Amino acid sequence: MFEAVAFYLFAFLTITMFWITVTTAQALYALSALAAGMIFISAFFFILGADFLGAVQIIVYTGAVMALYAFGMMFFDTTREVKEKHGNKYIVVGLSVLAAVMIVAIFSAPIISTNMQAFYPVIEGAGNTQMVGLVLFTKYLVPFEVAAIMLLVAMVAGIVLAGKKMDLSLTLLNAQEIQAIEDEKNKKVLS
Amino acid sequence: MEIGLNHYLVLSTILFAIGLIGVMRRKNLLMLFFATEILLNAVNVGFAAISHYYGDLTGQMFAFFVIAIAASELAVGLGLLIVWHKRHGTIDLDTMTSMRG
Repeated sequence: MFEAVAFYLFAFLTITMFWITVTTAQALYALSALAAGMIFISAFFFILGADFLGAVQIIVYTGAVMALYAFGMMFFDTTREVKEKHGNKYIVVGLSVLAAVMIVAIFSAPIISTNMQAFYPVIEGAGNTQMVGLVLFTKYLVPFEVAAIMLLVAMVAGIVLAGKKMDLSLTLLNAQEIQAIEDEKNKKVLS
Repeated sequence: MEIGLNHYLVLSTILFAIGLIGVMRRKNLLMLFFATEILLNAVNVGFAAISHYYGDLTGQMFAFFVIAIAASELAVGLGLLIVWHKRHGTIDLDTMTSMRG
């Protein structure tokens, strides 16, 4: 009973929040609604008994991803309304419905063929976090390490792309070199 | 009333459709990124539900990897977006038609 109430409540909230995200013209509203939707998504994970996944969802999405978006938005002019040109609405709606039906088909295909068996079954007498650890560090160790390297590559790429003149450290230069950089800057402004 | 796997799959589909609508109607690249996050989250819900109802942990593992991929995609994408904004002063999708596509 409580599960049903929680499911429908959070389903309604999540759909509302994500709908606001894709329809609003204000970037800040979209960001806040997306953050709220992420938190509500984690409620489903808690209902489903995936406690660790729910905690990771909150920490990574609302902690890291949303903070990164907020920092990124400082670079862009978000105070003005987002002007958008809209194409044919029927094509958009039709393609969305088609893709959604295909997703249902993909997910329901193995369920209809009922000979599905648990690959890594739930271990008796272990908590969710313990089970996750057991499976992640035995069966999925190599993908885990690859994901770690991928995150490192993404971090380096982000720093290289966003950080300009990162190879230049003002604390390591002497006074004349700093003066030369200042002169260069002034020359650019004047010209 | 019992909540079954189908409830979660339908919810996942609805969220995925919302994300797709966002991807297709947004022209601002930052908004496009938001829609992508919605898509990934919708899939995560489906993974977690299947993991729960079949007593299998593979779904949760994939959800973790999806989260990792989302984080790295965001880092690289936002970096590229900042470079583009520095160079052109706009993040509108219609300005990126240098190949006349």
